[in-house]
Amino acid sequence: MSIFSLTVIASLLISSIRSATPLVLAALGGIFSERSGVVNIALEGIMLIGAFTAVMISYSSGSAWLGVLAAMAAGVAIAWLHGVVSIKYRADQVVSGTAINILAVGLTEFLLAKFFGQAGQTPNVTPATLPTWLPLHGFTQQVTAFAWIAAVLVVLTHVVLFHTPLGLRIRAVGEHPRAADTVGINVFHMRYLGVLLSGALAGLGGAALSVGLLNSFTDNMTAGRGFIALAAVIFGKWSPFGALAASLLFGFADALQTQAQIIGLKVPSEFLLMSPYILTMLALAGVVGRSTPPAASGTPYEKGER
Amino acid sequence: MSDRKAKRLFTGSIPLPTFEGFLVPILAVVAALLVGVLFILWVGKDPILAYKALWRVTFGSTRNTLETLVDTVPLIFTGLSVALAFRCGLFNIGGEGQYLVGSLAAAVAGYALPGLPAVVHIPLVLLAGFAAGGLWAALPGWLKARFGIHEVINTIMMNYISLYFVHWLVIAHLKDPTNLSQRTPKILESAVLPNLLQNTRFHLGFFVALLVALGVYFLLWRTIAGYEIRAVGLAPAAAEYGGISVARNIILAMVLSGGLAGLAGAVQVAGISLAYYDGAGFVGYGFNGIAVALLGRNHPAGVLVGALLFGALGRGGVRGMQAIADVPKSMIGVVQAAIIFFIAAEGLFRVLVPHLRQRRQASRGPGPAGGTGGEGAPHSGTATEGGAGR
Repeated sequence: MSIFSLTVIASLLISSIRSATPLVLAALGGIFSERSGVVNIALEGIMLIGAFTAVMISYSSGSAWLGVLAAMAAGVAIAWLHGVVSIKYRADQVVSGTAINILAVGLTEFLLAKFFGQAGQTPNVTPATLPTWLPLHGFTQQVTAFAWIAAVLVVLTHVVLFHTPLGLRIRAVGEHPRAADTVGINVFHMRYLGVLLSGALAGLGGAALSVGLLNSFTDNMTAGRGFIALAAVIFGKWSPFGALAASLLFGFADALQTQAQIIGLKVPSEFLLMSPYILTMLALAGVVGRSTPPAASGTPYEKGER
Repeated sequence: MSDRKAKRLFTGSIPLPTFEGFLVPILAVVAALLVGVLFILWVGKDPILAYKALWRVTFGSTRNTLETLVDTVPLIFTGLSVALAFRCGLFNIGGEGQYLVGSLAAAVAGYALPGLPAVVHIPLVLLAGFAAGGLWAALPGWLKARFGIHEVINTIMMNYISLYFVHWLVIAHLKDPTNLSQRTPKILESAVLPNLLQNTRFHLGFFVALLVALGVYFLLWRTIAGYEIRAVGLAPAAAEYGGISVARNIILAMVLSGGLAGLAGAVQVAGISLAYYDGAGFVGYGFNGIAVALLGRNHPAGVLVGALLFGALGRGGVRGMQAIADVPKSMIGVVQAAIIFFIAAEGLFRVLVPHLRQRRQASRGPGPAGGTGGEGAPHSGTATEGGAGR
C-alpha cells in the first residue's frame, strides 16, 4: 500500500494523536514542576500509579471518570511525597524521583495482587468516554476523550504560566528563587504547587493510558512513556505548545513504528522507538535548536542561605 | 570548604564515615523494614513468619548464603559505578543502559573468539563489557564536560536508546540461529567464569567484584587520578584553579563509572547466563545501584554492605516472602524504595538524633544528595555546569 493513500494518512494521524495524548498530559506536569524549580524524573512512576488507580476505582465504582479523578488524586499524593522529600528535606530531586519510580513498580504490582488476587493484569473495565450527542463523536471515539482534555489543558497551562501572576510566580521561583523570595513570594508554596500539579497531570496521563487508550492495567504498562514525556518537556523547551508539538512528533514516530509494515517502511522499528531520545539529546546539545532549562531547576532552596 | 572536608581531601586519609554516617543508613533500613511490616499485615500475613522466611532463604544455610552472595555481585559493580561518579560530582543514572551494552559486548567476545586459553579469554570478556559500558557513558560525560549539559537527562535518554539498540542488534544480527529463544550463541567454555562450588551458582565473579571494590578504593584514595576526581567532585572551581582539568576528570569518571556498570553485565554473562538473553527491558541493577551507593555512603566498603542488603532483599523477596510466606514479592520493591526515601530525606531522623542537623550543616557539601559526609554528592550550580545551556 502506498504511503500517500488517504486512509493510511488518516490512520497514521489518529494513532499519532492517540500515542501523543498521555505524553502531552504528563509533559504538562513536567513543565509545572520544572518551571517551579523541581526536577521531576518521577513522571514515569506517577503515570504508572495513575494508570493503576484509574482501573482500580473504575472497576470498583463502575465509573471510569471517577477512576480518572482518583488517578489524579493518587498522582497528587505521590507527588506530595516527592515534594516533602525534595522541597522540605532538600534531598536530591533525582534520587527522590528514582525512589518513586521503583516504588511505583512495586506498589502497583503489590496492589494488583492484593485487590484483584491475580498477577500481571487486571480484569477489563469500561473506558472513559464522552456522551454521543457531542459533535465530532466518531473522531472523539478514535482519539479518546483524553485528546480533547489534553488540548484544553495545553492552552490552559500556557495561559496560567505566561499570562497570570501565579504563572509568573511559579516561573520566578524556578529561575531565581532568592529574588522571588525577597519580593515576598513563598518559594516553598510555589514549588509544592508545581510538584502537586505535576502529580495530578501525570496521574491523568496514566489514566489516559489505562482507561482511555486501553481498558485494563498491566504491570509496568507505562513502559518508559514518563521518560518520553520528560523528553517532550525538554525538546519542547519547557513550554506547553512546545511540549505538545514534541509529543505529537514522538507520537508520530510511535505510529510509524506500529504501522511500518502496512506502509512498507524499511526502517527497523527499534530506530523509530529510539528517535525521541536521540532528538532530545540533539536538542540539548544545540544541534536541533537550543534547549535551556529553568535556571534553578534541580537546586533545593534554603531560606537564608547566601 | 569546611576543615573536615579539606583534611579529608588533602591528607588522603581513609574517609571512615562518622557516627551519624553509619546511623542514617541503619535507621533508614530499619524504618523501611517496618514499612514492610505494615504491608505484610495489610495482606493479612504474619510479618514475623515472612521475615523469618526471608532470612532462611538468604542467610539460613551455607548454600543459601553463597547464593545470596552471587546475587550481590552485579549490585557491587553498579553500586561502585554510581559511587565513583558521585565522588566526581556526577549522577550516573544510566547504569541500566551501560549494563545492557556491557552484557552484549561480553557475550559477543565470549563466543566470537575461539581458541583462547581461559586466562586470556575471561579477562578479554570482562574488558569487552567494561569498554562497552565505558564508551556508552563517555558521550554523556563529554556532553557535560564540553557543553555543560546535565548528565542526568542524557544518561536517562541513553538508557532507552541502548534498550532498543541492543534489542535490534540481537534480533537483527547476533541472534543464535540454532536456538528459538532470543539470545546470542552461548559463550565458549574458555570464557566462563569458573564455578567454585558444586550445586551452587557461586562463581569466580564474586572475588572479581571484591577485587574491583578494592581497586576503586585504591584508585580514589591512593592515586593522583583519584585525588583529582574527588577534588573535582568536592570543589570544581577550586580544582580548576589548582590546575586540575575539570572537563578531563568528568569524562574520565563517567567512563570508569559506565565501565563498572558494563562490567556488572559482563560478569553476569560470563558467570550466570552464559549468553546475552534479550529480555526487552531493564534488569534493575542500574537503578538499584543508586540505592546501594547511597546506602554505602559512596564508599567501596559501604557499597559492599549495601549490595549485600539489596541482593538479599531481592532473593529473599522471591524465594522467601512469596514462595514460603505467601507475601507478594513486589512488597520488596516498596521496601527498597522506602530505603532510598529515608536516606534521601535523612532530616526525618533529626527528631531522633538532635546532633544530626548541626553536624550535617557544618559539613554540608556542594551537593544536595543524601550523604552526611557531604562529599561525593552531585554538585549543582558549579563553574562547569550552569544548567543545560549557557
